[in-house]
Amino acid sequence: MKRLAIAAAAAGLLIGCSSAFAQTTLRVGLAEDPDVLDPTLARTYVGRIVFASLCDKLFDIDENVNIVPQLALSHETTEDGKTVTIKLRPGVKFHDGEAMDAAAVKASLERHMTMQGSFRKPELAAVDKVEVADPLTVRLLLKSPFSPLIAQLTDRAGMVMSAKAAAEAGDKFGLKPVCAGPFKFVERVQQDRIVLEKFPDYWNAANIHVDRIVFRPIVESTVRLANLKSGSLEMIERALATDLPEIKADAKLRLATVPELGYQGITVNIGKSDVGKAAFGKDPRIIQAFNLSLDREAITKVAFNGEFLPGNQWVSPKNPYYQSKFPVPKRDIAKAKELLKAAGVSTPLSIDLMVPNNPETRQVAEIVQAMAGEAGFDIKIRVTEFATSLKEAEEGRYQAYMLAWSGRVDPDGNAYIFHKTKAPQNYGGYSDPDVDRWLDEARVKGPLADRKAIYEKITDKLLSEGSIVYLYHRLMIIAHTAKLDGYKQMPDGLIRLTGAKLKP
Amino acid sequence: MAVAHAHVAELNHESPTARAWRRLLRRKSAVFGLAVITLLVLIAVLAPLIAPFDPTQQSWTAIRKPPSLQHWFGTDESGRDLFSRVIFGARASLLAGVVSISIALGLGVPIGLLAGYGGRWMDAVIGRITDAMLAIPFLILAIALAAFLGPSLQNAMIAIGLTATPIFVRLTRGQVMAVKVEDYVEAARAVGNPARRIAIKHILPNILPALIVQATISIATAIIAEASLSFLGLGQQPPAPSWGSMLNTAQRFLTNAPWMAVWPGLAIFLAVLSFNILGDGLRDALDPKER
Amino acid sequence: MLVFLAKRLLQLIPTLFIVSVIIFGLQQLLPGDPALAMAGEERDPQVLEQIRRQYRLDQPFYIQYLYWVGGVLSGNLGESMRLKEPVLTLIAQKFPVTLQLALMAIVISLTIGITAGIMSAVKRDTPIDYAVNLVALWGISTPNFWLGIMLIFLFAVHLGWLPASGYVSPFQDFWLSMQTTILPAFVLGNSFAAVLMRHTRSAMLQAMSSDYVRTARAKGLAERVVVLKHAMRNALTPIVTLGALELGTLLSGAVLTEQVFSIPGFGKLIVDSVFNRDYAVVQGVTLITATTYILLNLLADIAYVLINPRLRS
Repeated sequence: MKRLAIAAAAAGLLIGCSSAFAQTTLRVGLAEDPDVLDPTLARTYVGRIVFASLCDKLFDIDENVNIVPQLALSHETTEDGKTVTIKLRPGVKFHDGEAMDAAAVKASLERHMTMQGSFRKPELAAVDKVEVADPLTVRLLLKSPFSPLIAQLTDRAGMVMSAKAAAEAGDKFGLKPVCAGPFKFVERVQQDRIVLEKFPDYWNAANIHVDRIVFRPIVESTVRLANLKSGSLEMIERALATDLPEIKADAKLRLATVPELGYQGITVNIGKSDVGKAAFGKDPRIIQAFNLSLDREAITKVAFNGEFLPGNQWVSPKNPYYQSKFPVPKRDIAKAKELLKAAGVSTPLSIDLMVPNNPETRQVAEIVQAMAGEAGFDIKIRVTEFATSLKEAEEGRYQAYMLAWSGRVDPDGNAYIFHKTKAPQNYGGYSDPDVDRWLDEARVKGPLADRKAIYEKITDKLLSEGSIVYLYHRLMIIAHTAKLDGYKQMPDGLIRLTGAKLKP
Repeated sequence: MAVAHAHVAELNHESPTARAWRRLLRRKSAVFGLAVITLLVLIAVLAPLIAPFDPTQQSWTAIRKPPSLQHWFGTDESGRDLFSRVIFGARASLLAGVVSISIALGLGVPIGLLAGYGGRWMDAVIGRITDAMLAIPFLILAIALAAFLGPSLQNAMIAIGLTATPIFVRLTRGQVMAVKVEDYVEAARAVGNPARRIAIKHILPNILPALIVQATISIATAIIAEASLSFLGLGQQPPAPSWGSMLNTAQRFLTNAPWMAVWPGLAIFLAVLSFNILGDGLRDALDPKER
Repeated sequence: MLVFLAKRLLQLIPTLFIVSVIIFGLQQLLPGDPALAMAGEERDPQVLEQIRRQYRLDQPFYIQYLYWVGGVLSGNLGESMRLKEPVLTLIAQKFPVTLQLALMAIVISLTIGITAGIMSAVKRDTPIDYAVNLVALWGISTPNFWLGIMLIFLFAVHLGWLPASGYVSPFQDFWLSMQTTILPAFVLGNSFAAVLMRHTRSAMLQAMSSDYVRTARAKGLAERVVVLKHAMRNALTPIVTLGALELGTLLSGAVLTEQVFSIPGFGKLIVDSVFNRDYAVVQGVTLITATTYILLNLLADIAYVLINPRLRS
């Protein structure tokens, strides 16, 4: 009898539990294991996916890459471009209950600007001082006008952390981040899972309908997809283009895709070192010939089922900053051979192509090798671990390097550091006084049309002599269960759950 | 003991080598292993003649096609003929197996002789280093070494060879210790032969059988190790094929082109199996205890 | 016995010292810059400089080594550069996972390996013996990762019976935990089972031809009793000790198996850390693995001496 009673009580408990479990959990399969979850120290793309639910930023972007307010309400820049005033949203709370105000914003920005090992420092380099004008207004005093600033604040540099938690945790903040996003941190087991739960006091809580998110890093894309299909995940990011037909054929799955903000390309060494000067650096016509030897359409068709976008600029043809005056070139082997001849090169021209160790880039490299081979390039693929390849590139020990860029909201982020003389990521060693001047000018000019006009001049020049051969733009492929309703994909490929509902 | 056998062999007018062969050939499974290995070696050497296609020739209109009359094993992600790639892949695998174990033998045997014959201190130092290397899991050491040397087939072979060395050091040392006290070695020493001469002339021939057996089995392990490193992207480089790197690529297409993973896997299995069988057969054939 | 033990424990010190030097040395030789590897896309020279200083990467090799040894001796294995988490915490998180996997693999391989080994020894030179031998050879000849891929394809993708990957702790959900670990444990146990099978077979054959088994037979005991009670008991010693020696193989196998099945254990931690140049983690995990391996060997030796009466004196 007693035993029965206990059993009944246990059953009751179980029922109680299961009704409490009517909570909705969204399990997301990530392509990599995120790094430290500290907005100041973080540096991976996959980490930003987690941050999108964890830490709100001063500004955000919409479907058309327009900048919209998030924790801020508005911003205003003075005539001379050197003072930016940001009004903050009132009544916003951090996950620890502290109020999000001007003092907190100042503390976060200063942490980004001064903390040891901060990766945000270069992004906020233009900022001289942060002032609290009133509890809901901050003023950023700039060293010089810098038009991409607001765009920087749509990413990690614009994330506001609880000043109290940040001060207490120091550089261990990332182990238990406290921000003002729609979800708060619950736990993390390295390489296994990151768990977040709904933050009831979120400023936009009415539009958050998911109770819990579990992020699971699963590196193998086939396995990630298998988990989604079997129902042990509700969503996966970066599904393979070659798996798209299969996802489309599955009635239980939905797709959300968007072209990436970045690019995939080959950086060629033209002036970084003597190794480079011996090949592509000899004559810009060699790069032009290389460009013409490639059939970008065919590359995306063979390697990515034709789902990715062929490209020739630092933004994709779908981006507002794309210069449609310079369309993607068609393959022209005869012309490529001619150019090589005109450049006085004896073929086959041997080229050392450094390729980071990853199956997709390796396949593209093999296709490029075959294509360029027909024009007279003898490409030697040197697969190198990513960590090593960066070092080799920095020291100029390469002739061509397959290097991608995940892209930034503001085009300056895709251009400046790669093409400005001696800029940190100018691995090609490109240097041109006009381009340098124009790049600086574009940083000052405000309206899109003005900046686009400057970028047109730069694009024109780079297409004939630049050090990056742009190949294609990935489609950011997010697949999710059909039960998820109202999910909207933003151009940066990150996962934002505002407005999304999980049907039972 | 070995001497005694040698005498018996002489009486039978049969050299130890011939006797080993006879005993080996009596075992059906060992003959099978030997035959498969011979076949694989022939395939590797004659690859350009046998393969119906150029293993690196891409065909962008025939990507990921299932096995057919034209492409017996199907095609891969860039439309290359898998049958030809498996055939050429035999080169990488066999080369990796043989070269890396040759490195391990070349380093391990002299060091082992030194340990067994070089005095207490030498023995202690070599012993500790061997222990340390054996204590680090084989694959971890190989991964670290291959990453350090840079990804290529050649470096994978060096990495595997170095990692496999301690086994041979230990084996050689153990055998030397056992043989050292035998009468004929004592006798050679008493006559005043220098240590090096004793080691090479008297000890080495007697420990050879044990080394041959271990080497054969180690080749099997080395082939798997090369495949593992290539699977992690640290072995054979594109576009040249190796069974491990083919598996690495195949993993992405498991659902829409499973045949890409089947053939290279079977090839590795067959090669490793043959070396293991041959190793077993050799062990029995060379075992002085058995007739 | 005590002298033997003390001697072996003393030998442990130089061995571990050499292990640490090998791993530390390899890291120094590894091309690529840990700060750059960690920075990924965000490679600003000034920030990188600061990180190098912070983690003493700008100091000479021996200084870094001394700092590390000092830390280890005071129980601090350092901090992961990539995750900002103490290495000890990471190890504490991962160790149970690999342990569970290894234990399950051992149970599987003991069951298959010893049963099949006895069967093949008892039925020597019959089709059963050949079949068992063939299976054993199959076991050691199949690459772990390939078997893993094939099983994922069959059971998770094609049949949909088991989850494709991932890991659930048995304390969280026992049944689900078994489901997620059974395939990797089988893959891992497979080759070990083959090794055990061969050891068992030869140990049993030797035991069966020994005097006491012959005596037992002569006494007219039933064959089953002779095999299980007499031969088996005597064959067990070499099986156990040889088995323990092969445990290192199991650890090696876990590296790729965890990679294929996305299991967050030791193997995955170490491979990811090598590729990310997260030195402190590589160093710490290898040290712990090596220590475990050496201690297991020591235990096996002690067991051997204890069980084997002839060696006890």
